[in-house]
Amino acid sequence: MIAIIDYGMGNLRSVQKGFEKIGCDAIITADPHVLLTAERIVLPGVGAFRDCMKNLEQGGFVEPILKVISEGRPFLGICVGMQMLFSDSVEFGLHSGLNVIPGHVLRFPDQMTVAGEKLKVPQMGWNQLSFKRRPPVFDGVNDGSNVYFVHSYYVKPTDSSVIATTTDYGFEFCSSVWRDNIIATQFHPEKSQAIGLRILKNFAELT
Amino acid sequence: MLTKRIIPCLDVKGGRVVKGVQFIGLRDAGDPVEIAEMYDQQGADELTFLDITASSDARDIIIDIVQRTADRVFMPLTVGGGIRSVEDVRRLLNAGADKISINTAAVDRPDFVREAAERFGSQCTVVAIDARRIPGEKRWEVFTHGGRKPTGLDVVEWAMLMESYGSGEILLTSMDCDGTKDGYDIELTRAVVDAVSIPVIASGGVGNLEHLYDGFTAAGASACLAASIFHYREYTIGQAKEYLRDKGVEVRL
Repeated sequence: MIAIIDYGMGNLRSVQKGFEKIGCDAIITADPHVLLTAERIVLPGVGAFRDCMKNLEQGGFVEPILKVISEGRPFLGICVGMQMLFSDSVEFGLHSGLNVIPGHVLRFPDQMTVAGEKLKVPQMGWNQLSFKRRPPVFDGVNDGSNVYFVHSYYVKPTDSSVIATTTDYGFEFCSSVWRDNIIATQFHPEKSQAIGLRILKNFAELT
Repeated sequence: MLTKRIIPCLDVKGGRVVKGVQFIGLRDAGDPVEIAEMYDQQGADELTFLDITASSDARDIIIDIVQRTADRVFMPLTVGGGIRSVEDVRRLLNAGADKISINTAAVDRPDFVREAAERFGSQCTVVAIDARRIPGEKRWEVFTHGGRKPTGLDVVEWAMLMESYGSGEILLTSMDCDGTKDGYDIELTRAVVDAVSIPVIASGGVGNLEHLYDGFTAAGASACLAASIFHYREYTIGQAKEYLRDKGVEVRL
């Protein structure tokens, strides 16, 4: 069973429907104990880092998340759910994250330009994946595939060997990481049409 | 690099998709969920539902449509029209919307935009602006209530203010061009694009594929919204994107 962590932030329905579409049962749960019985765990994230972390803490999710990760169960972080795995974020002041993956969450610089046009922040829309490594969760996903992003902040891992893909937005930023049982994506698989569903299916089948 | 987005807009009234010409004279264009699926298959980058009934029982109809659409298509979905409270936003997001667009309520009470952005994030808080050119000038006025009510606000200043309140994107509709099929108001769109750091969606007036090209290049829009050229199948999304790619615009194909 796949458990999607509900800590009171935003739209979880799309993630659940994505799994249903590919024939996998996924439950949305606000009960930290349910995580401990789940085979796979998804940590989505919409909203500000600070509020997401606060809600995770208040919901009693921090210990169970650290536990299931250390036990080696497949774990998928999406967007802010990826960012929270890092050490800290500068969104609305400096805030600590779960520190599962050492590194920082930084804001896209203002006033970047490409071909004379300002790069807008947030980055909103479809951009390409460039593979550094090939985790099984990306089986069947081609280099250069377009996936959907919406974010103003990006992760910078201390150890660059965890980077699975980068994406170009004025510079190459880390768009997904892979370490052991942890997969985390800055983009939204649940909003990335067929490619996104393929990633969710791969995740559901990870052994 | 980030691709330019093509966004079909579905104006929804009484549970059906309609398309107004300069905000009047509605024609029936079909079932919203079916049309959403068609655009999904054609490779639209996002979808926008604009609820133009905006009465209280219409709220439940649009929530049902959003829910049924989000069950079937896995792409970003924006909903606008009559959104007045944080509770309205919460219900739509829970139904499966990714972004909500606020228009009249932002003018009535700008703090609502700030509240929505703080609660749900800037990434889902779109401010929609209906703009009308002040005759003989390079200035535009903000209108509300579906384009019926002048506000005295300057469009460029208003867009900048809304960015400072936490809006993550501007949906900019030219009322002068809407329904004319003569193309976007390039001057208007360029003025707002250059004034804000957040993405701007051009809207109102697209009648052919060259207009989309102009919206992305001359006006610098991040996304182009269109309704009738796609609803009445004059062009598919795929044709539009191939045209743009051949002219050197980065699109997702």
